[in-house]
Amino acid sequence: MNFDYTEEQTLLDNMVTSFVRDNYDWDTRCNIVKSEEGWKEENWKQFAELGLLGVPFEEAYGGLGGKSADLMIVMEQFGKGLVVEPYLPTVILAGGLISKLGSEEQKNSIIPEIISGNIRCAFAYAEPQSRFDLNDVKTSAVLNGDDYVLNGFKSVVFGAGMASHLIISARTEGEQRSDSGITLFIVDTKSEGLTLQNYPTIDEYRASEVIIENLKVSKDNVLGKVNMAYDAIEEIVDISTIAACSEAVGILQVLKDSTTEYCKNRKQFGQSIAKNQVIQHCLVDMMIEYEQAKSILYMAVTADLSDSDERRRAVSAAKARIGKAIKFVGESAIQLHGGMGVVDEYMVSHYFKRATMIGVLFGNTDYHMKRYMTLTQSGISSADEAISVSVT
Amino acid sequence: MDTAFSNEDLKFQSEIRDFIKTNYPQELRDSINSKRKLGKELSREDLTAWHKILGKHNGWSAPSWPKQYGGAEFTPTQKYIFEQECAKAECQYIMPFGINMVGPVIYTFGNEEQKVQHLPGILSGEVFWCQGYSEPGSGSDLASLKTSAVKEGDHYIVNGQKTWTTMAQYADWIFCLVRTNPDAEKPQQGISFLLIDMKTPGVTVRPIKLMDGSHEVNETWFDNVKVPVENLIGQENMGWTYAKFLLAHERSGIAGVARSKKAIERIKQIASSEMSYGEPLIQDPAFKAKIAAAELELSALEYTELRTLAKDSAGKGPGPESSLLKIKGTDIQQAVTELAMEAVGYYANPHLGTTLSNEYVGPDYATNLSGTYFNFRKASIYGGSNEIQRNIIAKMVLGL
Repeated sequence: MNFDYTEEQTLLDNMVTSFVRDNYDWDTRCNIVKSEEGWKEENWKQFAELGLLGVPFEEAYGGLGGKSADLMIVMEQFGKGLVVEPYLPTVILAGGLISKLGSEEQKNSIIPEIISGNIRCAFAYAEPQSRFDLNDVKTSAVLNGDDYVLNGFKSVVFGAGMASHLIISARTEGEQRSDSGITLFIVDTKSEGLTLQNYPTIDEYRASEVIIENLKVSKDNVLGKVNMAYDAIEEIVDISTIAACSEAVGILQVLKDSTTEYCKNRKQFGQSIAKNQVIQHCLVDMMIEYEQAKSILYMAVTADLSDSDERRRAVSAAKARIGKAIKFVGESAIQLHGGMGVVDEYMVSHYFKRATMIGVLFGNTDYHMKRYMTLTQSGISSADEAISVSVT
Repeated sequence: MDTAFSNEDLKFQSEIRDFIKTNYPQELRDSINSKRKLGKELSREDLTAWHKILGKHNGWSAPSWPKQYGGAEFTPTQKYIFEQECAKAECQYIMPFGINMVGPVIYTFGNEEQKVQHLPGILSGEVFWCQGYSEPGSGSDLASLKTSAVKEGDHYIVNGQKTWTTMAQYADWIFCLVRTNPDAEKPQQGISFLLIDMKTPGVTVRPIKLMDGSHEVNETWFDNVKVPVENLIGQENMGWTYAKFLLAHERSGIAGVARSKKAIERIKQIASSEMSYGEPLIQDPAFKAKIAAAELELSALEYTELRTLAKDSAGKGPGPESSLLKIKGTDIQQAVTELAMEAVGYYANPHLGTTLSNEYVGPDYATNLSGTYFNFRKASIYGGSNEIQRNIIAKMVLGL
């Protein structure tokens, strides 16, 4: 039993840490998020050079064959720097679906392009009515000759505006909330019939509403089997949820450390406010919440993710527990910073906003709590049976 | 990163399992169960029988002790497995005062004679120890303690009062913090660590009844008690150092993760039998959510404990992490005892085992759950209150 990084993981950690330190100081980041594009292509090129874009992909396609623990390392450091480039949408979410479902031909043509940094992708799955339910798909795809014709609407698609390709989930069969009958399509973002309405998010990332009107997609651009995409979507969103949790843990560390520093330096009534026990205990509780968040992330990362039941349980446990930590650490960080906490100029509010939005991403605390309960609280024997067992 | 058990660990796990199955006495299980049912006190024999069995088997009564002192010297992973298995099998827990507390102080700071005199009895469970730290005026501010020990020839004369002495009613020996130098510059500097035979004239034990009616703790009075100077551990006036060592020494198991896990399993079973709105309580969304919240917290704490163990086994040294484990561990214990009480609805009310009623009422599983809830309010107070633990983290970890 150990929680140490391997030699390769230590190298990866050092590499991402120095990227963030050297290329992502606060002023630089402020300029990036204020820019028209909302990201910096030069950074993306550097990710490619450093090999970061290949972390989760199989070696056969030029990737590094990394696992959730490796993605955790990258995302935790990105969290510490509030890195806004669309790594999660492209590499982990869309990239994960292509790796999981793509034909040889699709994998050979797309994955190396992602790894070299030439293209970015995004996954359009949520719809206005679906909230966090991945099977709630109204967008329709109807076969007409050799093409599918798609109609519908996708909500809050992260990284779509920076992507050359979108993966779109659409219903080819079945009821609106049925697991079966969902199919994935890969489309060029410039396709006719596709309209992107791009906007910044409250935490300074970029997302888009995607309007789909009579969008023609060739049969060749179906990703995976027709009607059968749901299981893969759930799995890749679960893997992406662990990545989002990793980013959150990085952010929580910054919030906890910077708030502790702030309280040591801030003087009122002639002394540092950290001399007050009420402040000290709040800082200690922030630390405990951070450690608990990190621990449950480790639980998820070291779980057997190939077992789908264990994966679901572990992911929902982590997301629900980390969601609780985000709220406590984030709100306490703002409170203890006092007036400095609520201004845009000082960085703590930006970390708070990003952490809070990660709380929503892929399902909020309540959603994952409910999913966890459904998975864990069926088939329990009654106390009477249990007593007879222990007596005999 | 790897949390899977090695083949050796798995072999060890089945060895422990088999041992418990073959050696844990059914009469002990029955005796403890029937007493719990009626809220009766456990006897000294109930508390030490399992300890004595483990003591005869490769030092398993002392998982952390070095082999040279007769302990099992388990690796951190083995300790974790051992605790898990004992909790799963609902074995009576080993009283901590000898094994986890005074034992390590004696083999670390004691002299040869003291080791020879005391360690075998602690290991075997024949000698019952208790702890003399708190005093009526010295709770969280332990260093302000006043019980005095004045050297006269080859004896110390001890006078004063200790309180919250757990299980002193059964104890053969007590380890005490006493004041040997009232004029020291700092209160911590005048304290010594003394071993006292409870049979010495002048030692009086008076019971303190807790709010669930149980008798766990006592007042222990010292009236001109003559203690041989050979019973001083280490150097005079260095007792505070040994006391701090003792407090930080035993991190493994401090959080009680394995036992809380077992307790949640039990609550789920109870909630499957209890009905609410015509359905099993386990289906009640509000109750379900509380169970799930406790499970998540426990799951996180389990990994916090594993991270601490892994750090220890890598020789990276212990730290004030034990304070975190204590805070969170007791939080969860209290949440779990509350949920159990809540699960049985009205049957939280009957108080059995008093002189007023020896009748047994209600479902088997409901007995004394409210008593346990009330009793466990102690957990966030003892062993350094959770506020004091926060002070320790603030100072030692956050540097405030």
